[in-house]
Amino acid sequence: MTQPLGSFPGGLILPGQKKRSTQTPIRKMPLTKTLVLPLQQHIGEPAVATVEVGEKVLKGQKIAAAEGHVSVGLHAPSSGTIIAIGDHPIPHPSGLSASCITIETDGEDRWIDRQVNENISQLSSHELRQRIREAGIVGLGGAGFPSFIKLNPGIHHHVETLILNGVECEPYITCDDMIMRERAQGIMDGIEVMQLALNVKNCVIAIEDNKPEAISAMELALASREQLKDTKIVVIPTRYPTGSEKQLIQVLTGKQVPSRGLTLDIGIVLHNVGTAYAVGRAIKHGEPLISRIVTVTGKDVKHAGNFETLFGTPIHELLSFCETKRQPEEPFIQGGPMMGYNLAGDKLPVTKTANCILVGVDEPVEATKPLPCIRCGDCADACPVSLLPQQLYWHSRSKDLEKTREYNLFDCIECGCCSYVCPSKIPLVQYFRFAKTETMNQEQEQQKSDLARIRHDNRQERQERERLEKEEKQRKRKAALAASKAAKAKKEAEAAAETQTDKQET
Amino acid sequence: MFTAIIAIALLALTFGLLLGFASIYFKVEGDPIVEQIDKLLPQTQCGQCSFAGCRPYAEAMANGEADINRCPPGGEATIQALANLLEVEVKPLDDECGEEKPKTLAVIDEDRCIGCTLCIQACPVDAILGAAKHMHTVFADECTGCELCVEPCPVDCIDMIETKAKPNTWRWPDPSRIDLQPGEQS
Repeated sequence: MTQPLGSFPGGLILPGQKKRSTQTPIRKMPLTKTLVLPLQQHIGEPAVATVEVGEKVLKGQKIAAAEGHVSVGLHAPSSGTIIAIGDHPIPHPSGLSASCITIETDGEDRWIDRQVNENISQLSSHELRQRIREAGIVGLGGAGFPSFIKLNPGIHHHVETLILNGVECEPYITCDDMIMRERAQGIMDGIEVMQLALNVKNCVIAIEDNKPEAISAMELALASREQLKDTKIVVIPTRYPTGSEKQLIQVLTGKQVPSRGLTLDIGIVLHNVGTAYAVGRAIKHGEPLISRIVTVTGKDVKHAGNFETLFGTPIHELLSFCETKRQPEEPFIQGGPMMGYNLAGDKLPVTKTANCILVGVDEPVEATKPLPCIRCGDCADACPVSLLPQQLYWHSRSKDLEKTREYNLFDCIECGCCSYVCPSKIPLVQYFRFAKTETMNQEQEQQKSDLARIRHDNRQERQERERLEKEEKQRKRKAALAASKAAKAKKEAEAAAETQTDKQET
Repeated sequence: MFTAIIAIALLALTFGLLLGFASIYFKVEGDPIVEQIDKLLPQTQCGQCSFAGCRPYAEAMANGEADINRCPPGGEATIQALANLLEVEVKPLDDECGEEKPKTLAVIDEDRCIGCTLCIQACPVDAILGAAKHMHTVFADECTGCELCVEPCPVDCIDMIETKAKPNTWRWPDPSRIDLQPGEQS
């Protein structure tokens, strides 16, 4: 590694808090009695259920199919019977419900037939992508974007580098760290598949320097791979939010992804190491995505660690397996302390995007009453995207959404650095999230009102036309009536004249 | 003396021609301010503003005959947008017109509908489908929630149902409202 590392503005050095959850190896969460699978666990259109209530399913059997392009299917995480398809609370900050498939497990955990594929080089890149899609794989870093789309650069883009993101910069979370330590060979399998699918040789695995065990494990695995000689591991300094894709690219290459652009625009594709592992399992072993590694930690957790958990496992059962001090219905955090959100309720399932469950964390931004903004500018210094959070705050607060756009609100990655450094404890990110969803909603409403205007105009036009047609008809009828009257009068006059002449003649 | 008069007359003629030319070739069709105002209104065509629809209200505002705070479906956001456009002060919603309510959707109870077509005639956006003596139904995507169909229904079979938030249309709450403890003034 000779090329010097770049950097991005702002950012924070945070206490890692990762020790507690890395003391024990990855453990398997035992099978639970029911599994609840939301049909939407990814960005895009929700999947559509292909099974019916009462049907028996095997482990790994497809139970919902992708709908539209940006969508992936869903698989039964264990064998059992479908007992319900319908609304169920989902792990979403809104606390709302959405369509879910509920499986009652039979405890046998019987697999469907799996297609093992040792020689992956025979498969075309299209075939690889299709299989990755069929396996229901989405980005496991937290966003949940369907992975097959990111492996399809299309004809207009040329991919130069594949970056594997093993940075995991947010405090507490260690699922990527542990998967790199324990399953480095599996990750290498996935990298080989991804390189084939993208037809790219150059690959960089980025790992933060606070994970020495992961680095050595990955180096060892890489050394044993003949095909991956153009792959290198780059150790980068620990700084939050280096794990965010645009910031990581800036650190590794010094290049910036254009505002509202894609990493593909500068010839880079980025995947999480956990996703790579899932891709390897799907292609080489024929296993769809049915489980993930979830970090469970926090000071109220007795047995903190990483757990290989089937999707649909109720989070409260996972927490009781780790023996937490949490009371029923007490809120917890899904995701990290910086970007995660509070969830409440006991019925929520583990989904594809659940990387970490935190119980008992001192919130980095204390929930005290915020003081007025003093315009110190600390937030602008901390912002990794060089935005002006204080300006965005004023405009979001006064709901001047037009102005927030001018200040590039949509480039905000919601990393939470600004809220963290704010001396007045203003929940800045909350304001930005509010302004973003509000803007998107207003756009939708604008579309709806435009449609209503067109329909209203059409209706008025139609009514006007009908009125004119009616008038025209009436006029015609009157004219016809007048004409027939005139004809009648003429006839009568003629008849009268005739009789008169007859009379005269006689 | 003569030259001065001729010069002034010539100048007057040139500018007159220029103005005449401009008035013909640069003529603005319609009233753009009305269009702009109309674009900001929610197009429910509900008439709560006491005008016959969104466009008449927009025209009245453009002529300075109506205030900007008479649109309950648009609520605070619309008032804000109108204030920005017309460069006037933001005002609270006029109580006379009604209050800002959550978005609703008309739903016809199909068992009770007698097929009288009165609601179809009332709907300003043609969002109700049906024929005489046949059951009617509402296009959920096209309904603006204006409530104009509720009144004419002789059997009272139309209900306004609050549109439920879905996870993908859900909005993060406004933090400036959360900050306030109960009993505090904003």
